[in-house]
Amino acid sequence: MATELQSRAQPIERPAYDRAIVLSAVGRVFDDRRGTPVRALRDVSLHVDRGELLAIVGPSGCGKTTLLELICGLQQPQDGTLHSEAAALMPQRDLLLPWLSALDNAALALRIAHVPRRQARERAAAIFDELGLAGFEDATPAQLSGGMRQRVAFVRTLLSGKPVLCLDEPFGALDAITRAEMQEWLSRALAREPRTVVLVTHDVEEAVVLADRVLVLSPRPGHVVAELDVALARPRARTDAAVTALRERALDALASASREIAAASA
Amino acid sequence: MSVSHETAVSATDTNVTRDGGGARFGGARVRAAAATLLPPLVLALVLIGAWEAYADLGTTSSYVLPAPHAIASALWQNAGLIAGNLGTTTVEVAAGIALALLLGFALAVLVHLSEPLRRAVYPLVVGSQAIPIAVIAPLLVFWWGFGVLPKLVVIVLICFFPVLVTTVDGLRAVDRDQLKLLRTLDASRWQAFRFAELPAALPAALSGARIALAVGVIGAYIAESQTATSGANAGLGHEINADLTALQTPRAYAAALVLFVLAIACFYALTMAERALAPWAHRQTGETH
Repeated sequence: MATELQSRAQPIERPAYDRAIVLSAVGRVFDDRRGTPVRALRDVSLHVDRGELLAIVGPSGCGKTTLLELICGLQQPQDGTLHSEAAALMPQRDLLLPWLSALDNAALALRIAHVPRRQARERAAAIFDELGLAGFEDATPAQLSGGMRQRVAFVRTLLSGKPVLCLDEPFGALDAITRAEMQEWLSRALAREPRTVVLVTHDVEEAVVLADRVLVLSPRPGHVVAELDVALARPRARTDAAVTALRERALDALASASREIAAASA
Repeated sequence: MSVSHETAVSATDTNVTRDGGGARFGGARVRAAAATLLPPLVLALVLIGAWEAYADLGTTSSYVLPAPHAIASALWQNAGLIAGNLGTTTVEVAAGIALALLLGFALAVLVHLSEPLRRAVYPLVVGSQAIPIAVIAPLLVFWWGFGVLPKLVVIVLICFFPVLVTTVDGLRAVDRDQLKLLRTLDASRWQAFRFAELPAALPAALSGARIALAVGVIGAYIAESQTATSGANAGLGHEINADLTALQTPRAYAAALVLFVLAIACFYALTMAERALAPWAHRQTGETH
């Protein structure tokens, strides 16, 4: 009876319990510093399956960060409905605490969950070993390179114990060589510690190399304009013909979305 | 034959250079120490020399401006008396700064956590800094008598303000994104405070204490001269006042000189405490030292 009512209330999308995240027609408007309303997202519908890595690409200011904050529960949608399993955010800046060592930073979520410091450090140290960070436990964030800091930030997100990881341009601030290393490292890390991942990036190549599926967002207000399945074996080389073909398709979708917006505002 | 000979010579050469290098490294250390100590020493000697020359001209009375050598001999002859007073003042300043640090920090945290409290307390606290101690000194003596307590209250009143202001600013300077991140990790308000805000505010509070120190030593002088003082070791401020009225000017200057050194010592003690307690705050600038 209750199920019947529910299905009548939401005739289009049945609750999908195999899905980690479902957004239906989500919209979000916020006021900027001068109080002018800015429409960040318009009618965004998407889903992420358990264990899937979904990449969301879009131009800067297309509401990608808003989207992640909605999934993490830091903001509420004004329109539409949103269902998500508990999600942890890895922000663009690593935001490591300068007064804690790398290991203590990684163990932060455990400390917050009232795990005693010793045990929290032991668990973080095990992941450090597993993901090739051994030897950096006692380094302070100031002593670490940009890439190492992102790795520690990722482990911190991982140890939050949440089934969904939201990565907001995690490698955006890194140089090209370090970024490529980090992408490989992330693939390996996720192979060892599988999670549902939403990866936001403006780097189309990164999206195609890492993701199971790529969504392309239009410029603000963000709206899904294309969906690409990346059914390619891993590890993927960025020079691979199939990878470059998908990259071209994503770039075309981005370009035509920008043209439409420009035409609409002209 | 000649080849092996050459090899031997070059090996010796290497040793010689290595020794020379070691000696040069030792010399560099001495030179670095000299570079740190020499400028303040030279400046101090030049100033003292000029003072001595001016005082020896005889245009000013020694009651008005004693010569450095007279101050030095007053210090030497009254070492016991001044040391006793120094002990009293040091305890007052140290305890006063410590209490001001605790009080300023606690008030800053309360003000940071509660906007209404900030609105209520801040104007009063700012205004209280303008009240001359002489106005409230009789009240303090009436409440707490002639001992150390009223003096401590005066020093704390003067010193807690810089600590409060720098700590409030330190707490506010915490990155909003940092707090947002902690929220996604399910941190409570207390945990956000404990992991992000408290450590960020610590170096700010200690910077405030260093600023407070300069006024704290003057505060001790004011406290000792404004609140009635009795006993043998009544403090350097009391000593200076008594000497000035008795025209014992060299001894007053000797006591002032000791206050001067006390301020410098306390300042560096606080700097070292900050480096020990909040090493991350110095790491960026630390590399250039």
